[in-house]
Parts: sequence; C-alpha cells; structure tokens
Amino acid sequence: MDYETVVGLEVHSELKTKSKIFCGCSTSFGADQNTNVCPVCLGLPGVLPVINEKVVEFAIKAGLALNCEILPFSKFDRKNYYYPDLPKNFQTSQFDLPIAVNGYLDIEVNGETKRIGITRVHMEEDAGKLVHSGSIATSDSSLVDYNRTGVPLIEIVSEPDLRSPEEAKAYLEKMKAILQYIDVSDCKMEEGSLRCDANVSLRPRGSEKLGTKTEIKNLNSFKMVQRGLEYEVERHTEVLEEGGKIVQETRSWDEANGMTVSLRSKEQAHDYRYLPEPDLVPIVVDPAKVEELRRNLPELPDARKARLMADYGLSAYDAEVITASRAMADYFDETVNCKADAKTAANWVMGEVSKHINAAGIEIEACPVSPTKLAELINLIDKGTISNKIAKTVFEEMWTTGKNAATIVKEKGMVQISDASEITGIIDKVIADNPQSVADFKAGKEKAIGFLVGQIMKQTKGRANPEMVNSLLRERL
Amino acid sequence: MELFRYTAHQLHSKLKNKEVSAVELTQAVLDRTDAVESSVKAYITQTRDTALAQAKAVDNKINNGEDITVLSGIPGVLKDNICTKGVKTTCASQILAKFVPPYDATVVEKLASQDTVIIGKANMDEFAMGGSTENSGFHPTHNPWDVNVVPGGSSGGSAAAVAAGEAVWALGSDTGGSIRQPAAYCGLVGLKPTYGRVSRYGLVAFASSLDQIGPITRDVTDCAHVMNVISGYDAKDSTSINSAAPDYTKSLTRDIKGLKIGLPREYFVAGMDADVEKAIYKAIDQLVALGAEYQEVSMPHTEYGLSAYYIIAPAEASSNLARYDGVSFGHRTEGTDIVDMYKKTRSEAFGAEVKRRIMLGTYALSSGYYDAYYLKALKVRSLVKQDFDKAFDKVDVLITPTTPTPAFKIGEKSNDPLAMYLQDICTIPVNLAGVPAISIPCGFSGKLPIGLQIIGKPLGEETLIRTAYAFEQSNDYHNRLAPLGEVK
Repeated sequence: MDYETVVGLEVHSELKTKSKIFCGCSTSFGADQNTNVCPVCLGLPGVLPVINEKVVEFAIKAGLALNCEILPFSKFDRKNYYYPDLPKNFQTSQFDLPIAVNGYLDIEVNGETKRIGITRVHMEEDAGKLVHSGSIATSDSSLVDYNRTGVPLIEIVSEPDLRSPEEAKAYLEKMKAILQYIDVSDCKMEEGSLRCDANVSLRPRGSEKLGTKTEIKNLNSFKMVQRGLEYEVERHTEVLEEGGKIVQETRSWDEANGMTVSLRSKEQAHDYRYLPEPDLVPIVVDPAKVEELRRNLPELPDARKARLMADYGLSAYDAEVITASRAMADYFDETVNCKADAKTAANWVMGEVSKHINAAGIEIEACPVSPTKLAELINLIDKGTISNKIAKTVFEEMWTTGKNAATIVKEKGMVQISDASEITGIIDKVIADNPQSVADFKAGKEKAIGFLVGQIMKQTKGRANPEMVNSLLRERL
Repeated sequence: MELFRYTAHQLHSKLKNKEVSAVELTQAVLDRTDAVESSVKAYITQTRDTALAQAKAVDNKINNGEDITVLSGIPGVLKDNICTKGVKTTCASQILAKFVPPYDATVVEKLASQDTVIIGKANMDEFAMGGSTENSGFHPTHNPWDVNVVPGGSSGGSAAAVAAGEAVWALGSDTGGSIRQPAAYCGLVGLKPTYGRVSRYGLVAFASSLDQIGPITRDVTDCAHVMNVISGYDAKDSTSINSAAPDYTKSLTRDIKGLKIGLPREYFVAGMDADVEKAIYKAIDQLVALGAEYQEVSMPHTEYGLSAYYIIAPAEASSNLARYDGVSFGHRTEGTDIVDMYKKTRSEAFGAEVKRRIMLGTYALSSGYYDAYYLKALKVRSLVKQDFDKAFDKVDVLITPTTPTPAFKIGEKSNDPLAMYLQDICTIPVNLAGVPAISIPCGFSGKLPIGLQIIGKPLGEETLIRTAYAFEQSNDYHNRLAPLGEVK
C-alpha cells in the first residue's frame, strides 16, 4: 500500500536571557557545576518564583515571528513528575493558556513553498542535568548539576503538517534561522539550546484519519532528526505491510546503532496532573506592548531572502544559503555595504569564508577576516589587481595574519601582470622553449595549449592575467 | 505580675523606662520556659544564645539613648514552617528534621530589622496539616489552660507558647484556620491577614493559594504592632499585594458607631457547643451596645466550603510536597534504585495525615478525575467568594464563632479525621475567599476559652482591628491568664 508520512515536531529552545526564568541566577553555559544556583532554582522549602519579564518578551517575539496570535491572558501551570534533575518534582510550564497560539512558518521543499502550522508556543523552565562517570548504564551513581535548572525555554509545537523527514529538517532549519534572527536563542543543538522531539505516524495515502503515532526523543542534531524519522517511517511501513499494528509509545534514537528503541508505552506514560501554578499570577499582556514588539521585529529570513534576490540579483539558492543564518546574512550585507560587488561577495561568503569557518569550527561572527577586509579583497579582484586564484592565496594570508589584502599583495608582490608587452615577452620565451607542444597544438591537439598556459603561469608565479595569457598566446600561435 | 505575663506594648514601656533590661526580659521568658516546657512542649527548637545576644544588642541601643521600636527586645516565637537562616526549620516533619535553610523568610528579615528577639521555633501539625498539633512528627503540644486538651493547630506550638508565657508574641500560618483556631483554643488574639498582605517568601508551602502568615498575641494592640512589622509588598512573592500597608495601631480607637455587623446564619451548624453559641450572641449584643448595627445575612455556599477546601488544599500540597524526595536535602532512606529511594524516603519520613492529604490531592488531580474534583472545587471556591462579596455589600464585618466547640481532649479525634476537619468549618471559607479574619477571646466554656471570629473585606484589617479592640476593651477576657498552677 502507498503510505503517507505525517510528522509533527516539538521544538525546545533555550532563551538567551541573562538570568533564569524565576530567579536572578546566571544562565551562562559551561560554568562549574552547581555554581549558577540559589534557593529558588534549587527548589528549597519556602521559596517562590518570580517571572523574568524578559522571558515573556522573548516568547512574545517568537510568537510574533511565527505568525501567532498572542493571548492577552495566559498563565503558568505545574507539570508534576518525579525525576532527580527536577528539584521540585514539578516543572513550571504552561498548559491550557500558552502565551502564543495558531501560527505558521513557510518552508521550501523542492522549490515550492509549504506552510506548516504552529499549534502553540509556551514558556517553561529547563531541568538540571544528570552527570555519570562513564555511561548511565555502567555508572554506579548519578550526580546532579542544577546550573541548567530554571533556564528559560520556549516549546514550539507544530501541527502534524510535515510529510517527510526532509520537510522536518527544512522546518527545523527555518525555525532555527527565525529564532536566531529575532535574537531570542542561540539555537546551538550541541549545547542543548535547541532540542527536538518528533511525532510520526503513517496513513494510507488519501486517508484523512491519522494513524497511530510514535514519539522519538533524544534527537540531538538536524541530521539525527532526519535519520530518526527515516528509520521510524521504514519501521512503521514494515509493521503495517506485515499486517501488524503500531504501538503508541515513546522511542529513543540510538545514534550509535542507527535505530530507535522503545522507551515507554502509552500505558507507562506520565500522568502530569497539571494544576494552575498558585505561586505566580496570570500573565496579562498589554496589546500596546505586543504592537511595539511587532514593529521592532527585525527583517525575517523570508523577507531578507526576497530582498537579496530583488536588490542584488542573487539566485534563489544563493539567497537561501546566505539567509539561513542571520549572522551570515549580516556578514554578507556588511560586505556589500562596503562597496563590494554583491554576486562576488555571495560567492566568497558561501565559498572561502564558509569553508574556513567550518574548518576552524568557529561562528562567522568570529571570522578573522572582517566584512570590510573581504570587501577590499573583492575590490582588488574587480579592479584586476589580482586574479581570483591569487585572491584565494591572499585570503589565506589574511585569515592567518589579519593583515589587509592590499598590504599582502604589496608585500608579496602578488599584483597581477596585465601589461601586454610583458606577457608577450614571457609567451615568446615559452613558445621558444617548448617546440613540441607548439607543434602538437598546431596539429590540432587543443590540450597542448593548456600545458603552455601552465608554463606561462609558472614563470609568473600565477600573477599573469589569465584571460590576457589565453588570448595573447592564441594570437602568437 | 511576672514579666513573662505582660503584653509586648506594656513591656516596650518597661524597656524604654529602663524598669527592666531586654536581657532580663529574655532571661525571664527563658526561665519560664524551663519551668513549664516539659508540660506544654510548645517548642521544636530553642535559640537561647542568639536570643540573649539579640537582647544584649537592644540593651546597648537603649543605653546609648537610641530609639527602639515597639517589638525591639521583645521575645517572640516563629512557627517552624517559617525559614530561618542557620536555624533548623522542620515543619514538624521527620523529613526535614535536620533541614537548616540557607536563607531567611521575608517576615524574619522584617522582624530582624526591628531588633526583635526570637527565642525559638514552635511545634505544629506536620506541614501545617491538622488542627490539634497532635500530627507533629516530634511530639504533641498541650494547652496551657488544661494540659489534657489540645492547643489547636496547626499553629498550636505558637499559641501554647504565648498562652503559657514561653513567648510574648508569635507568628503562625493559616491555611484553613491554623492561626485563628489555636488562638481561640488558647484564649489569644490571632489574625489571618488578607491573602497577599504578608509575604509568603520563606513560608514552607502547604497550599500556596490559601497560606498566609499572621500574628498570635495576647491582645489586639500587640496584634496591630506585629502586623505593622510583617505586612507589605514583597517583590519576592508574586502574589503579594502591591500597596503600602497602613499603620494598624491607628485603628485602636474603640469607635465602632454605625459599624454594620452581619451574622451568617449558615455558620451556626448542628453540633455547635451551647456555651459557644451563647458567647457569640452575647458578643453581638455587646457590639450593638457599642454602636454597631446588626443584621443576619445568608451565605448559602458555606456548607460546600469544607469539601472544596479538602480538594484544593491537598491538590496543591501533593505538588508542593513532591520536592521532599531525598535527593538534595532533607531525610533520605537509601533504596535499591531511585524509585525505591523515593518510596522508602517518603513512606518512612512523612506522617499519616500528610500521606493522607498527598494521596487525596494526587487523586483529585489525576487524569479523568480533574474535572470532577479539582475543577469543581475551584468553581465552588468562586461561589464561596461570591457569598462574601454579596455579604460585604450589606455589612462591614461578619461575626461568627471561630470554632464550633472549645478545645477537645488530646487523642479524642485522632482516629476520626472528619471530626477533626469539622473544627475548621467556620474558618475555612475565609481562606477560600482570601479575606482577612481575626479571632479574639469572647468567654469561657468551663475553664476553656471561646473564640469570636470577625471577618473583614479584602484589605479590611483596619476595620477588624478597630472592631476587635472595641470589643476587647469592653471585656477582660484578654487579661485572664492561663492557670499557671496547673501547668506542670
């Protein structure tokens, strides 16, 4: 039978506020264990939470950027469950009245735009982290680090509108871009500031009724989300083809073995016994404040992509790649603002710059070659001072020394030779030294010209203007 | 009269006039405690050394000619669910038997800023669940008026200490009557403030939407003075009322001419003690004689208040008490794995009443039962609150008994939780509505005191204090002392 895949995602994103959601402790990542803690986030007897206003603001911004309706009256609730990383044994979250509902985001799949519904965005506190010596299976004890306890999160729940693992990946990439654009989250999956659970089910194509779903947890990268979903889709298909039934359950992605394993069945699912959080008052949002936040939202990825295509004539693909992260788009815009040719700048940002930062494992904000310096380099190419090939060497030098392009070109004598008489002189010498190749070319072996060009470039250490070399050499032959 | 028998405002004059030093006063109260504590058992922890040091500091101020406030140097006691930095705060539970908070409750900071002397932490029903202090995880407390009867609860240790002269004033907490009922049983003044008037930061939560801290004192004047210190907005408590607290002593005027008092007929339940009923009607007559205008009012949802309370309070408690799991603080019993540790820790260290309420609350919030129990109880709560709103359209204050009967014998209701719960029938609706209420002595049944409850509008503490003061000053109940000779 032909099955349709149905996927819904729950994304957890850590908000980059300075302090935690209900106390004044720092949210900084990587601090010594149990140093960013106080009686409130440790859940000691007698403490009370106080909402961090910035968290509400960030959640509203996220809701607006995801085209949601911001509820004027929302509240916090307690989600009760026992786990040692949760000091109060309840998580303060939002249940029936979340801060934002009924939004959407658009993704591009196979060149077409598809709208994915956003059910809700709600605020909640993060839990701590269990620390084991070795693995959880072999460690004889668990230690708890409460630094992350009370770090603010938003949970974004999608409608079951995604139809393939690829769409799920595109959705996540877009989500990450939007949250970074509005500057509410770092979205670093490796630091856990972006996490994702996936719900997947299959149904006969054409059927309206949803099939039985499974939930996949422990998906720690976009790739894992895609692979985990692919595995589940295949598993569901096999079970259904054999006439079996899917069991509603929560499964965990086992990256090492490339498979999902059952975590708990529906019967073992927690009864969270939600109740309204009596220690916090409801959140009443001032509509004027919402409008102010809406007005001050930055240009979002879709608008930016459209602008790059319209203003600079970039291809849809290039504009998509550049606007996938706000930092890269900012880097690009700044380079162009420094009077660099936009198309050349796009090629450099997607090419050498990306290659180098990826190899170095750094963010583009930390790129040692600033947009201003890149623009200078691009201008040297455009003016014909250096060739594109030499420019790559210059870029390498800029990356390591921090010097600007003109200095390097001058110091290393890398200026392109575009003087026809000088080039002709070298051509003549190469023709004289390589009679066999000349004869081959004249006999119709087109390839031989490549060898001659190579010899000329070798003589000039690559500085000869390649176009001039080509045309003058053909003239002389 | 012995020093430990005076009120705080009387002792303040003695300190200011240098009739007595703060150290002498504290020592007198400590000596009294040594003499009677073995029969009263009001305390869980005594803080003698710090108390004497605090008293010494006040004496230094007096000797330097510095001004002191009314509570400066006056020994008081805190219910043991109010967090004190560096001093054990047990909630009378084995699960917190060794818990020492690293921070002070807001009320404790406020008291410290007034140079009060804190002489210890008072016994209570475990986690404030109970009405007799028999549910303490350590020992029961005895009523100084008759050591064979309960002092009430859950702030029974606080009330017994003040009645026995083991402290001059006390703080209690009131979730369903836990300040007013022990104040009534021990012949004292107890005020449950409007929800949000006193910060809950540092009060170990029982039922967060109902809990309030308040004073237990020997007279209304002391009540006003303690309220002046502990009331007011606190940014650390989101449910705190963001308005300045008035000077409550300005309401100590005796003037209640034209005050409209209402008697809700539904509060006079079957099973009410005849002496209690007589005392309440007599009190109403007195108030009318003082110029108040009396009328009966109806509060039709009163009878459902108790049921709603016994859903809402346990539901919140089941969540609030989930943190006592043996992981990072409090008692732990080791187990074979984490779930086994949870089970053993909680089974061994919680008492029967606490377990009963955790089970009730967990059940009420369970999927499939939420609408039938918890949600319905919230609706009843709204109706109870509406009853008060409607009554307060007609009257300024409501007059009721604090409890249907005087204090009962120790052990009498231990095996009958429902009978125990019924003692709170007049006090519980007040917590559900979030309004303030005061209990003051209004007579005796045999040798046991009877309490009169005066209920006010939200933030109506001033009217309560004015009414209570007018009544108190026309009687001498507050001057009667617990029979010292019988306390052994």
